[in-house]
Amino acid sequence: MITLSDVTKTYGDTTVLGPLTLSVPGGGITALVGPNGAGKSTMLTIIGRLTEPTTGTVTIGGHDITRTPSRELARTASILRQENHFVTRLTVRELVGFGRFPHSRGRLTREDNRHVDQAIEFLDLGELEHRYLDQLSGGQRQRAYVAMVLAQDTDYILLDEPLNNLDMRHAVAMMKQLRKAADELGKTIVIVIHDINFASAYADHIIALTRGRVAQAGPPSELMTRSTLEEVFETPVEVRRDGPHPLAVYYR
Amino acid sequence: MTHTTRQGLPARPGARFGALPRIAALPVATVLVLGLVVASLFVGVYDIGGQEFGAEMFWITRIPRTSALVLAGCAMSVSGLIMQLITQNRFVEPTTTGTTEWATLGLLLTVIVAPQATLSTRMAVASCFAFVGTLVFLTILRRVALRSSLIVPLIGIMLGAVVSAFTTYLAVSTQLLQMLGTWFTGSFTSVVRGRYEFLWVVAIVVVIAYVVADRFTVAGLGKDVATNVGVNYNHVMLVGTTLVAIASGITTVVVGFLPFLGLVVPNLVSMVRGDNLRSNLPWVCLGGIAIVTLCDIVGRVIRMPFEIPVSMILGILGAAVFITLLLRQRRHG
Repeated sequence: MITLSDVTKTYGDTTVLGPLTLSVPGGGITALVGPNGAGKSTMLTIIGRLTEPTTGTVTIGGHDITRTPSRELARTASILRQENHFVTRLTVRELVGFGRFPHSRGRLTREDNRHVDQAIEFLDLGELEHRYLDQLSGGQRQRAYVAMVLAQDTDYILLDEPLNNLDMRHAVAMMKQLRKAADELGKTIVIVIHDINFASAYADHIIALTRGRVAQAGPPSELMTRSTLEEVFETPVEVRRDGPHPLAVYYR
Repeated sequence: MTHTTRQGLPARPGARFGALPRIAALPVATVLVLGLVVASLFVGVYDIGGQEFGAEMFWITRIPRTSALVLAGCAMSVSGLIMQLITQNRFVEPTTTGTTEWATLGLLLTVIVAPQATLSTRMAVASCFAFVGTLVFLTILRRVALRSSLIVPLIGIMLGAVVSAFTTYLAVSTQLLQMLGTWFTGSFTSVVRGRYEFLWVVAIVVVIAYVVADRFTVAGLGKDVATNVGVNYNHVMLVGTTLVAIASGITTVVVGFLPFLGLVVPNLVSMVRGDNLRSNLPWVCLGGIAIVTLCDIVGRVIRMPFEIPVSMILGILGAAVFITLLLRQRRHG
Protein backbone atom coordinates (compact mmCIF):
# COMPACT_ATOMS: atom_id res chain seq x y z
CA MET A 1 0.00 0.00 0.00
CA ILE A 2 1.08 3.53 -0.70
CA THR A 3 -0.08 6.26 1.65
CA LEU A 4 0.18 10.02 1.38
CA SER A 5 -0.70 12.22 4.28
CA ASP A 6 -0.96 15.98 4.01
CA VAL A 7 1.36 16.03 1.03
CA THR A 8 1.75 19.39 -0.67
CA LYS A 9 4.11 20.75 -3.25
CA THR A 10 4.48 24.47 -3.74
CA TYR A 11 6.71 26.48 -6.02
CA GLY A 12 6.95 29.95 -4.57
CA ASP A 13 3.38 31.04 -3.92
CA THR A 14 1.68 28.54 -6.19
CA THR A 15 0.56 25.23 -4.82
CA VAL A 16 0.73 22.64 -7.55
CA LEU A 17 -0.30 19.69 -5.41
CA GLY A 18 -2.30 19.02 -2.30
CA PRO A 19 -2.84 18.94 0.46
CA LEU A 20 -3.36 15.29 -0.41
CA THR A 21 -4.23 12.52 1.98
CA LEU A 22 -4.97 9.26 0.29
CA SER A 23 -3.94 5.68 -0.02
CA VAL A 24 -3.33 3.57 -3.06
CA PRO A 25 -4.25 -0.05 -2.44
CA GLY A 26 -1.58 -2.72 -2.78
CA GLY A 27 -1.81 -4.94 -5.86
CA GLY A 28 -3.39 -4.19 -9.19
CA ILE A 29 -3.13 -1.18 -11.44
CA THR A 30 -3.98 2.31 -10.29
CA ALA A 31 -4.29 4.99 -12.95
CA LEU A 32 -3.78 8.67 -12.26
CA VAL A 33 -5.79 10.75 -14.69
CA GLY A 34 -6.62 14.40 -15.04
CA PRO A 35 -6.09 17.42 -17.25
CA ASN A 36 -2.65 18.91 -17.95
CA GLY A 37 -1.14 20.55 -14.90
CA ALA A 38 -3.38 18.69 -12.46
CA GLY A 39 -0.37 17.41 -10.55
CA LYS A 40 -0.35 13.77 -11.69
CA SER A 41 3.33 13.62 -12.49
CA THR A 42 4.19 15.61 -9.40
CA MET A 43 2.29 13.16 -7.25
CA LEU A 44 3.96 10.20 -8.92
CA THR A 45 7.48 11.60 -8.65
CA ILE A 46 6.91 12.51 -5.00
CA ILE A 47 5.91 8.91 -4.27
CA GLY A 48 9.00 7.79 -6.19
CA ARG A 49 11.18 10.23 -4.14
CA LEU A 50 12.36 12.08 -7.25
CA THR A 51 10.56 15.24 -6.17
CA GLU A 52 10.69 16.39 -2.60
CA PRO A 53 7.28 17.29 -1.17
CA THR A 54 7.01 20.67 0.53
CA THR A 55 5.11 19.12 3.41
CA GLY A 56 3.67 15.76 4.35
CA THR A 57 4.83 12.17 4.51
CA VAL A 58 4.70 9.31 2.05
CA THR A 59 5.02 5.64 2.81
CA ILE A 60 5.40 2.89 0.30
CA GLY A 61 5.04 -0.72 1.38
CA GLY A 62 5.47 0.47 4.95
CA HIS A 63 8.69 2.42 4.27
CA ASP A 64 8.72 6.12 4.98
CA ILE A 65 10.39 7.39 1.82
CA THR A 66 12.40 10.11 3.51
CA ARG A 67 13.80 7.83 6.21
CA THR A 68 14.47 4.65 4.26
CA PRO A 69 17.93 4.31 2.70
CA SER A 70 17.76 4.97 -1.02
CA ARG A 71 19.17 1.58 -1.93
CA GLU A 72 16.59 -0.27 0.16
CA LEU A 73 13.84 1.82 -1.37
CA ALA A 74 15.21 0.96 -4.80
CA ARG A 75 14.39 -2.67 -4.10
CA THR A 76 10.84 -1.80 -3.07
CA ALA A 77 9.75 0.70 -5.68
CA SER A 78 10.92 1.72 -9.12
CA ILE A 79 9.92 4.78 -11.08
CA LEU A 80 10.18 5.83 -14.69
CA ARG A 81 9.76 9.44 -15.65
CA GLN A 82 8.03 10.65 -18.73
CA GLU A 83 10.95 12.38 -20.36
CA ASN A 84 14.11 10.38 -20.65
CA HIS A 85 16.96 11.55 -22.72
CA PHE A 86 20.24 9.74 -22.43
CA VAL A 87 23.43 11.04 -23.89
CA THR A 88 25.09 7.85 -22.82
CA ARG A 89 25.42 5.22 -25.52
CA LEU A 90 24.30 1.94 -24.02
CA THR A 91 22.84 -1.12 -25.62
CA VAL A 92 19.32 -2.14 -24.66
CA ARG A 93 20.70 -5.06 -22.69
CA GLU A 94 23.20 -2.89 -20.82
CA LEU A 95 20.48 -0.42 -19.94
CA VAL A 96 18.11 -3.11 -18.70
CA GLY A 97 21.04 -4.57 -16.75
CA PHE A 98 21.35 -1.31 -14.83
CA GLY A 99 17.85 -1.97 -13.52
CA ARG A 100 19.54 -4.66 -11.44
CA PHE A 101 21.84 -2.12 -9.84
CA PRO A 102 20.05 -2.03 -6.46
CA HIS A 103 20.52 -5.78 -6.17
CA SER A 104 24.02 -6.36 -7.45
CA ARG A 105 25.73 -2.97 -7.65
CA GLY A 106 26.59 -3.39 -11.29
CA ARG A 107 28.19 -6.84 -11.34
CA LEU A 108 25.46 -9.01 -12.77
CA THR A 109 24.98 -12.46 -11.32
CA ARG A 110 23.23 -15.33 -13.03
CA GLU A 111 20.07 -14.41 -11.13
CA ASP A 112 20.38 -10.83 -12.41
CA ASN A 113 20.79 -12.02 -15.96
CA ARG A 114 17.68 -14.12 -15.62
CA HIS A 115 15.69 -11.05 -14.64
CA VAL A 116 17.22 -9.08 -17.52
CA ASP A 117 16.29 -11.85 -19.99
CA GLN A 118 12.80 -11.94 -18.62
CA ALA A 119 12.28 -8.20 -18.84
CA ILE A 120 13.63 -8.13 -22.39
CA GLU A 121 11.31 -10.91 -23.43
CA PHE A 122 8.40 -9.35 -21.58
CA LEU A 123 8.68 -6.24 -23.70
CA ASP A 124 9.44 -8.00 -26.94
CA LEU A 125 12.94 -6.56 -27.22
CA GLY A 126 14.79 -9.78 -28.02
CA GLU A 127 15.85 -8.69 -31.49
CA LEU A 128 16.95 -5.29 -30.30
CA GLU A 129 18.90 -6.23 -27.20
CA HIS A 130 22.33 -5.51 -28.70
CA ARG A 131 21.32 -2.31 -30.41
CA TYR A 132 22.36 1.04 -29.01
CA LEU A 133 19.58 3.22 -27.63
CA ASP A 134 20.32 5.96 -30.13
CA GLN A 135 19.67 3.50 -32.94
CA LEU A 136 16.10 2.86 -31.81
CA SER A 137 12.80 4.56 -32.54
CA GLY A 138 11.01 6.47 -29.80
CA GLY A 139 8.64 3.61 -29.11
CA GLN A 140 11.40 0.99 -28.99
CA ARG A 141 13.32 3.15 -26.58
CA GLN A 142 10.26 3.61 -24.40
CA ARG A 143 9.94 -0.18 -24.17
CA ALA A 144 13.60 -0.46 -23.24
CA TYR A 145 13.10 2.01 -20.37
CA VAL A 146 10.11 0.09 -19.09
CA ALA A 147 12.11 -3.15 -19.35
CA MET A 148 14.80 -1.56 -17.18
CA VAL A 149 12.24 -0.74 -14.52
CA LEU A 150 10.73 -4.23 -14.69
CA ALA A 151 14.16 -5.83 -14.34
CA GLN A 152 14.50 -3.96 -11.08
CA ASP A 153 11.86 -6.42 -9.85
CA THR A 154 10.25 -4.23 -7.21
CA ASP A 155 6.86 -4.74 -5.61
CA TYR A 156 5.83 -1.24 -6.60
CA ILE A 157 6.23 0.12 -10.11
CA LEU A 158 5.50 3.77 -10.87
CA LEU A 159 5.30 4.79 -14.51
CA ASP A 160 4.71 8.25 -15.89
CA GLU A 161 2.98 7.97 -19.27
CA PRO A 162 4.33 4.53 -20.21
CA LEU A 163 2.39 4.65 -23.48
CA ASN A 164 4.34 7.65 -24.68
CA ASN A 165 5.51 7.19 -28.25
CA LEU A 166 3.91 3.77 -28.59
CA ASP A 167 1.82 2.82 -31.58
CA MET A 168 -1.54 1.12 -31.17
CA ARG A 169 -0.17 -2.39 -31.15
CA HIS A 170 2.60 -1.69 -28.68
CA ALA A 171 0.37 0.40 -26.44
CA VAL A 172 -2.06 -2.48 -26.11
CA ALA A 173 0.81 -4.93 -25.63
CA MET A 174 2.31 -2.73 -22.93
CA MET A 175 -0.95 -2.51 -21.01
CA LYS A 176 -1.45 -6.27 -21.30
CA GLN A 177 2.04 -6.84 -19.95
CA LEU A 178 1.43 -4.49 -17.05
CA ARG A 179 -1.84 -6.27 -16.36
CA LYS A 180 0.06 -9.56 -16.41
CA ALA A 181 2.71 -8.21 -14.06
CA ALA A 182 0.00 -7.15 -11.65
CA ASP A 183 -2.00 -10.37 -11.87
CA GLU A 184 0.74 -12.99 -12.09
CA LEU A 185 3.58 -11.38 -10.19
CA GLY A 186 1.48 -9.51 -7.68
CA LYS A 187 3.00 -6.12 -8.47
CA THR A 188 1.41 -2.84 -7.47
CA ILE A 189 1.48 -0.59 -10.51
CA VAL A 190 0.71 3.10 -10.51
CA ILE A 191 0.60 4.81 -13.88
CA VAL A 192 -0.03 8.31 -15.06
CA ILE A 193 -2.04 7.90 -18.21
CA HIS A 194 -3.46 10.27 -20.75
CA ASP A 195 -5.89 8.06 -22.53
CA ILE A 196 -8.83 7.63 -20.17
CA ASN A 197 -10.04 4.64 -22.16
CA PHE A 198 -6.87 2.67 -21.47
CA ALA A 199 -7.43 3.42 -17.80
CA SER A 200 -10.99 2.23 -18.10
CA ALA A 201 -10.00 -0.98 -19.85
CA TYR A 202 -7.00 -1.99 -17.72
CA ALA A 203 -6.95 -0.24 -14.36
CA ASP A 204 -8.50 -1.56 -11.16
CA HIS A 205 -8.62 1.84 -9.63
CA ILE A 206 -8.65 5.36 -11.03
CA ILE A 207 -7.67 8.52 -9.21
CA ALA A 208 -8.74 11.69 -11.01
CA LEU A 209 -6.85 14.83 -10.08
CA THR A 210 -7.77 18.43 -10.83
CA ARG A 211 -5.76 21.43 -9.70
CA GLY A 212 -3.64 19.38 -7.36
CA ARG A 213 -6.55 17.76 -5.51
CA VAL A 214 -8.35 14.46 -5.82
CA ALA A 215 -11.56 15.09 -7.72
CA GLN A 216 -12.77 11.51 -7.76
CA ALA A 217 -11.40 8.09 -6.95
CA GLY A 218 -12.81 4.65 -7.49
CA PRO A 219 -13.05 1.69 -9.87
CA PRO A 220 -13.48 2.52 -13.58
CA SER A 221 -17.14 1.53 -13.58
CA GLU A 222 -17.86 4.23 -11.02
CA LEU A 223 -15.66 6.89 -12.48
CA MET A 224 -16.49 6.54 -16.12
CA THR A 225 -19.61 8.67 -16.11
CA ARG A 226 -20.43 11.65 -18.22
CA SER A 227 -20.78 14.03 -15.31
CA THR A 228 -17.51 13.02 -13.63
CA LEU A 229 -15.43 13.10 -16.78
CA GLU A 230 -16.86 16.41 -17.94
CA GLU A 231 -16.16 17.89 -14.55
CA VAL A 232 -12.59 16.57 -14.45
CA PHE A 233 -11.57 17.29 -18.02
CA GLU A 234 -13.77 20.34 -18.62
CA THR A 235 -14.75 19.15 -22.04
CA PRO A 236 -17.90 17.48 -23.43
CA VAL A 237 -17.62 13.71 -23.12
CA GLU A 238 -20.02 10.97 -24.03
CA VAL A 239 -19.66 7.63 -22.24
CA ARG A 240 -20.63 4.50 -24.15
CA ARG A 241 -21.35 1.32 -22.29
CA ASP A 242 -22.07 -1.05 -25.15
CA GLY A 243 -18.72 -2.87 -24.95
CA PRO A 244 -16.85 -4.77 -22.27
CA HIS A 245 -15.57 -1.51 -20.75
CA PRO A 246 -17.09 1.93 -20.57
CA LEU A 247 -15.54 4.12 -23.26
CA ALA A 248 -15.31 7.88 -23.34
CA VAL A 249 -15.96 9.49 -26.70
CA TYR A 250 -14.75 13.03 -26.88
CA TYR A 251 -13.16 13.51 -30.28
CA ARG A 252 -15.61 16.01 -31.78
CA MET B 1 14.26 15.70 -33.46
CA THR B 2 14.16 12.41 -35.22
CA HIS B 3 15.99 9.36 -34.07
CA THR B 4 16.29 7.24 -37.11
CA THR B 5 18.32 4.10 -37.07
CA ARG B 6 21.90 4.86 -37.90
CA GLN B 7 22.75 3.50 -41.25
CA GLY B 8 25.89 1.52 -41.69
CA LEU B 9 26.54 0.85 -38.04
CA PRO B 10 26.79 -2.76 -37.00
CA ALA B 11 23.76 -4.11 -35.20
CA ARG B 12 25.97 -5.79 -32.64
CA PRO B 13 28.89 -3.90 -31.23
CA GLY B 14 32.02 -5.41 -32.66
CA ALA B 15 30.09 -7.82 -34.86
CA ARG B 16 31.99 -6.79 -37.95
CA PHE B 17 35.21 -7.98 -36.36
CA GLY B 18 33.87 -11.48 -35.79
CA ALA B 19 33.90 -13.32 -32.48
CA LEU B 20 37.52 -14.33 -32.03
CA PRO B 21 39.16 -11.03 -33.02
CA ARG B 22 36.85 -9.29 -30.57
CA ILE B 23 38.35 -11.22 -27.69
CA ALA B 24 41.82 -10.54 -29.05
CA ALA B 25 41.18 -6.83 -29.62
CA LEU B 26 42.27 -5.61 -26.20
CA PRO B 27 45.51 -7.64 -26.06
CA VAL B 28 46.39 -6.61 -29.62
CA ALA B 29 45.77 -2.95 -28.82
CA THR B 30 47.82 -3.28 -25.65
CA VAL B 31 50.76 -4.71 -27.59
CA LEU B 32 50.52 -1.90 -30.16
CA VAL B 33 50.49 0.76 -27.49
CA LEU B 34 53.39 -0.95 -25.71
CA GLY B 35 55.29 -0.77 -28.98
CA LEU B 36 54.67 2.98 -29.11
CA VAL B 37 55.80 3.37 -25.53
CA VAL B 38 59.01 1.45 -26.18
CA ALA B 39 59.61 3.53 -29.31
CA SER B 40 59.19 6.65 -27.20
CA LEU B 41 61.96 5.41 -24.92
CA PHE B 42 64.42 5.34 -27.80
CA VAL B 43 63.53 8.58 -29.56
CA GLY B 44 65.68 11.57 -28.81
CA VAL B 45 68.72 13.60 -29.66
CA TYR B 46 70.98 11.84 -27.21
CA ASP B 47 72.02 8.48 -28.60
CA ILE B 48 71.55 6.34 -25.53
CA GLY B 49 73.06 3.29 -27.19
CA GLY B 50 76.23 4.88 -28.45
CA GLN B 51 77.15 7.83 -26.29
CA GLU B 52 79.09 7.68 -23.08
CA PHE B 53 76.35 8.36 -20.52
CA GLY B 54 73.67 6.44 -22.41
CA ALA B 55 72.48 4.33 -19.50
CA GLU B 56 72.32 7.26 -17.08
CA MET B 57 70.49 9.42 -19.57
CA PHE B 58 68.06 6.59 -20.15
CA TRP B 59 67.15 6.44 -16.46
CA ILE B 60 67.26 10.17 -15.81
CA THR B 61 65.19 11.41 -18.74
CA ARG B 62 63.80 8.72 -21.00
CA ILE B 63 62.11 6.49 -18.44
CA PRO B 64 60.63 9.43 -16.54
CA ARG B 65 59.47 11.08 -19.74
CA THR B 66 57.79 7.98 -21.08
CA SER B 67 56.20 7.14 -17.72
CA ALA B 68 54.90 10.69 -17.56
CA LEU B 69 53.43 10.31 -21.04
CA VAL B 70 51.64 7.13 -20.03
CA LEU B 71 50.31 8.56 -16.78
CA ALA B 72 49.30 11.94 -18.18
CA GLY B 73 47.61 10.24 -21.12
CA CYS B 74 45.54 8.15 -18.71
CA ALA B 75 44.88 11.09 -16.41
CA MET B 76 43.45 13.42 -19.01
CA SER B 77 41.44 10.88 -20.97
CA VAL B 78 39.91 9.28 -17.86
CA SER B 79 39.16 12.75 -16.45
CA GLY B 80 37.42 13.64 -19.67
CA LEU B 81 35.36 10.47 -19.59
CA ILE B 82 34.25 10.99 -15.98
CA MET B 83 33.36 14.61 -16.65
CA GLN B 84 31.35 13.66 -19.70
CA LEU B 85 29.35 11.16 -17.68
CA ILE B 86 28.63 13.41 -14.71
CA THR B 87 27.67 16.38 -16.85
CA GLN B 88 25.91 14.20 -19.43
CA ASN B 89 27.64 16.11 -22.15
CA ARG B 90 29.94 14.83 -24.85
CA PHE B 91 31.94 18.02 -25.26
CA VAL B 92 33.19 18.44 -21.76
CA GLU B 93 36.67 17.74 -20.45
CA PRO B 94 39.07 19.48 -18.03
CA THR B 95 40.28 22.03 -20.58
CA THR B 96 36.75 22.97 -21.69
CA THR B 97 35.36 23.39 -18.17
CA GLY B 98 37.92 25.75 -16.72
CA THR B 99 39.33 22.99 -14.49
CA THR B 100 42.89 23.32 -15.78
CA GLU B 101 42.72 27.13 -15.72
CA TRP B 102 41.83 27.00 -12.05
CA ALA B 103 44.72 24.61 -11.42
CA THR B 104 47.00 27.12 -13.14
CA LEU B 105 45.73 29.93 -10.96
CA GLY B 106 46.36 27.80 -7.87
CA LEU B 107 49.88 27.04 -8.97
CA LEU B 108 50.69 30.67 -9.76
CA LEU B 109 49.41 31.71 -6.35
CA THR B 110 51.71 29.24 -4.60
CA VAL B 111 54.62 30.59 -6.62
CA ILE B 112 53.74 34.16 -5.56
CA VAL B 113 52.77 33.54 -1.95
CA ALA B 114 55.22 30.78 -1.09
CA PRO B 115 58.06 30.69 -3.58
CA GLN B 116 59.84 28.01 -1.56
CA ALA B 117 56.90 25.60 -1.63
CA THR B 118 57.71 22.05 -2.59
CA LEU B 119 56.34 20.43 -5.69
CA SER B 120 53.89 18.41 -3.62
CA THR B 121 52.47 21.53 -1.97
CA ARG B 122 52.04 23.12 -5.36
CA MET B 123 50.23 20.06 -6.65
CA ALA B 124 47.96 19.95 -3.63
CA VAL B 125 47.06 23.61 -4.04
CA ALA B 126 46.56 23.24 -7.79
CA SER B 127 44.30 20.22 -7.22
CA CYS B 128 42.27 22.12 -4.62
CA PHE B 129 41.79 24.97 -7.06
CA ALA B 130 40.84 22.52 -9.79
CA PHE B 131 38.29 21.02 -7.42
CA VAL B 132 36.78 24.38 -6.52
CA GLY B 133 36.77 25.42 -10.17
CA THR B 134 34.99 22.25 -11.26
CA LEU B 135 32.40 22.74 -8.52
CA VAL B 136 31.87 26.32 -9.69
CA PHE B 137 31.31 25.02 -13.20
CA LEU B 138 28.88 22.33 -12.04
CA THR B 139 26.98 24.82 -9.89
CA ILE B 140 26.58 27.22 -12.79
CA LEU B 141 25.53 24.32 -14.96
CA ARG B 142 22.73 23.45 -12.56
CA ARG B 143 21.33 26.95 -12.83
CA VAL B 144 21.46 27.12 -16.58
CA ALA B 145 18.13 26.25 -18.08
CA LEU B 146 19.38 25.75 -21.61
CA ARG B 147 21.59 22.72 -21.32
CA SER B 148 21.96 22.06 -25.01
CA SER B 149 25.10 20.15 -25.75
CA LEU B 150 27.02 23.14 -27.08
CA ILE B 151 26.06 25.67 -24.43
CA VAL B 152 27.70 23.57 -21.73
CA PRO B 153 31.28 23.60 -23.06
CA LEU B 154 30.81 27.23 -24.09
CA ILE B 155 30.08 28.12 -20.48
CA GLY B 156 33.14 26.16 -19.42
CA ILE B 157 35.39 27.81 -21.97
CA MET B 158 34.14 31.28 -21.01
CA LEU B 159 34.65 30.50 -17.34
CA GLY B 160 38.14 29.26 -18.11
CA ALA B 161 38.89 32.41 -20.10
CA VAL B 162 37.87 34.62 -17.18
CA VAL B 163 40.03 32.67 -14.75
CA SER B 164 42.94 32.59 -17.13
CA ALA B 165 42.66 36.35 -17.76
CA PHE B 166 42.93 36.89 -14.03
CA THR B 167 45.89 34.52 -13.85
CA THR B 168 47.63 36.39 -16.67
CA TYR B 169 46.99 39.70 -14.92
CA LEU B 170 48.53 38.30 -11.75
CA ALA B 171 51.49 36.95 -13.69
CA VAL B 172 52.07 40.24 -15.50
CA SER B 173 51.98 42.27 -12.30
CA THR B 174 54.40 39.89 -10.57
CA GLN B 175 56.78 39.48 -13.52
CA LEU B 176 55.97 35.80 -13.80
CA LEU B 177 54.42 35.79 -17.25
CA GLN B 178 57.34 34.04 -18.84
CA MET B 179 57.30 31.30 -16.27
CA LEU B 180 53.60 30.87 -16.84
CA GLY B 181 54.12 30.50 -20.55
CA THR B 182 56.84 27.89 -20.33
CA TRP B 183 55.24 26.01 -17.49
CA PHE B 184 51.87 25.54 -19.03
CA THR B 185 52.62 24.83 -22.61
CA GLY B 186 51.96 21.14 -22.25
CA SER B 187 55.29 19.55 -22.89
CA PHE B 188 57.26 16.64 -21.62
CA THR B 189 60.62 18.20 -22.39
CA SER B 190 61.42 19.10 -18.82
CA VAL B 191 60.26 15.85 -17.30
CA VAL B 192 63.22 14.26 -15.57
CA ARG B 193 63.74 12.04 -12.56
CA GLY B 194 62.51 13.71 -9.39
CA ARG B 195 60.00 15.92 -11.21
CA TYR B 196 57.28 13.59 -12.31
CA GLU B 197 56.84 10.94 -9.60
CA PHE B 198 53.65 12.51 -8.28
CA LEU B 199 51.98 11.53 -11.49
CA TRP B 200 51.77 8.02 -10.09
CA VAL B 201 48.86 9.26 -7.98
CA VAL B 202 47.00 9.24 -11.27
CA ALA B 203 47.30 5.46 -11.33
CA ILE B 204 45.42 5.35 -8.03
CA VAL B 205 42.76 7.66 -9.47
CA VAL B 206 42.28 5.31 -12.42
CA VAL B 207 41.92 2.32 -10.11
CA ILE B 208 39.28 4.13 -8.02
CA ALA B 209 37.49 5.14 -11.20
CA TYR B 210 37.43 1.49 -12.23
CA VAL B 211 36.01 0.38 -8.89
CA VAL B 212 33.15 2.91 -8.91
CA ALA B 213 32.76 2.86 -12.69
CA ASP B 214 29.19 1.55 -12.70
CA ARG B 215 28.06 4.34 -10.45
CA PHE B 216 29.44 6.87 -12.93
CA THR B 217 27.64 5.13 -15.77
CA VAL B 218 24.40 5.25 -13.77
CA ALA B 219 24.94 8.92 -12.95
CA GLY B 220 25.41 9.45 -16.68
CA LEU B 221 21.79 8.36 -17.12
CA GLY B 222 20.67 11.35 -15.07
CA LYS B 223 19.71 12.15 -11.53
CA ASP B 224 16.28 10.52 -11.72
CA VAL B 225 17.46 7.19 -13.05
CA ALA B 226 20.33 7.19 -10.56
CA THR B 227 17.99 7.89 -7.65
CA ASN B 228 15.60 5.24 -8.90
CA VAL B 229 18.25 2.54 -8.65
CA GLY B 230 19.37 3.77 -5.26
CA VAL B 231 22.52 5.65 -6.22
CA ASN B 232 23.24 8.86 -4.34
CA TYR B 233 23.68 11.20 -7.27
CA ASN B 234 25.28 14.08 -5.39
CA HIS B 235 27.73 11.69 -3.80
CA VAL B 236 28.79 10.34 -7.19
CA MET B 237 29.16 13.88 -8.53
CA LEU B 238 31.43 14.75 -5.63
CA VAL B 239 33.59 11.66 -6.03
CA GLY B 240 33.83 12.29 -9.77
CA THR B 241 34.77 15.92 -9.29
CA THR B 242 37.43 14.97 -6.74
CA LEU B 243 39.00 12.37 -9.01
CA VAL B 244 39.03 14.76 -11.95
CA ALA B 245 40.49 17.56 -9.84
CA ILE B 246 43.30 15.41 -8.51
CA ALA B 247 44.18 13.95 -11.89
CA SER B 248 44.04 17.21 -13.81
CA GLY B 249 45.63 19.26 -11.01
CA ILE B 250 48.68 17.03 -10.88
CA THR B 251 48.94 16.74 -14.63
CA THR B 252 48.77 20.51 -15.03
CA VAL B 253 51.58 21.05 -12.54
CA VAL B 254 53.87 18.37 -13.94
CA VAL B 255 53.17 18.60 -17.65
CA GLY B 256 50.97 21.61 -18.40
CA PHE B 257 47.91 21.84 -20.61
CA LEU B 258 47.05 18.81 -22.68
CA PRO B 259 44.13 20.18 -24.67
CA PHE B 260 41.38 18.02 -26.17
CA LEU B 261 42.82 14.70 -25.04
CA GLY B 262 39.93 14.13 -22.65
CA LEU B 263 37.55 14.99 -25.44
CA VAL B 264 38.98 12.99 -28.29
CA VAL B 265 39.69 9.67 -26.62
CA PRO B 266 36.40 9.00 -24.79
CA ASN B 267 34.40 10.05 -27.84
CA LEU B 268 36.31 7.79 -30.18
CA VAL B 269 35.93 4.87 -27.77
CA SER B 270 32.24 5.60 -27.31
CA MET B 271 31.62 5.59 -31.05
CA VAL B 272 33.00 2.08 -31.34
CA ARG B 273 32.08 0.54 -28.00
CA GLY B 274 29.25 2.54 -26.45
CA ASP B 275 29.46 4.01 -22.98
CA ASN B 276 29.71 1.28 -20.41
CA LEU B 277 32.45 2.84 -18.32
CA ARG B 278 33.86 -0.22 -16.64
CA SER B 279 34.53 -2.15 -19.82
CA ASN B 280 35.69 1.01 -21.62
CA LEU B 281 38.20 2.18 -19.06
CA PRO B 282 41.12 0.08 -20.35
CA TRP B 283 40.38 1.30 -23.87
CA VAL B 284 40.21 4.91 -22.80
CA CYS B 285 43.56 4.58 -20.99
CA LEU B 286 45.17 2.87 -23.98
CA GLY B 287 43.78 5.50 -26.33
CA GLY B 288 45.04 8.33 -24.16
CA ILE B 289 48.49 6.80 -23.88
CA ALA B 290 48.67 6.11 -27.61
CA ILE B 291 47.69 9.63 -28.67
CA VAL B 292 49.91 11.46 -26.20
CA THR B 293 52.88 9.23 -26.94
CA LEU B 294 52.40 9.54 -30.67
CA CYS B 295 52.06 13.33 -30.50
CA ASP B 296 55.13 13.54 -28.29
CA ILE B 297 57.19 11.41 -30.66
CA VAL B 298 56.05 13.50 -33.61
CA GLY B 299 56.92 16.65 -31.69
CA ARG B 300 60.38 15.34 -30.96
CA VAL B 301 61.15 14.10 -34.44
CA ILE B 302 59.67 16.75 -36.70
CA ARG B 303 62.30 19.44 -36.05
CA MET B 304 65.13 17.52 -34.49
CA PRO B 305 67.12 18.55 -32.49
CA PHE B 306 64.39 20.98 -31.40
CA GLU B 307 61.07 20.00 -29.92
CA ILE B 308 57.54 21.10 -30.66
CA PRO B 309 55.39 21.05 -27.52
CA VAL B 310 53.00 18.14 -27.43
CA SER B 311 50.13 20.49 -26.62
CA MET B 312 50.48 22.16 -30.00
CA ILE B 313 50.16 18.91 -31.90
CA LEU B 314 47.34 17.76 -29.63
CA GLY B 315 45.59 21.06 -30.23
CA ILE B 316 45.64 20.60 -33.99
CA LEU B 317 44.54 16.98 -33.79
CA GLY B 318 41.94 17.70 -31.12
CA ALA B 319 40.41 20.60 -33.00
CA ALA B 320 40.01 18.42 -36.08
CA VAL B 321 38.29 15.65 -34.13
CA PHE B 322 36.11 18.17 -32.26
CA ILE B 323 34.81 19.59 -35.52
CA THR B 324 34.25 16.11 -36.94
CA LEU B 325 32.20 15.23 -33.86
CA LEU B 326 30.11 18.36 -34.24
CA LEU B 327 29.38 17.60 -37.85
CA ARG B 328 28.50 14.01 -37.04
CA GLN B 329 26.13 15.11 -34.32
CA ARG B 330 24.38 17.51 -36.67
CA ARG B 331 23.89 14.81 -39.20
CA HIS B 332 22.47 12.36 -36.71
CA GLY B 333 20.29 14.84 -34.87
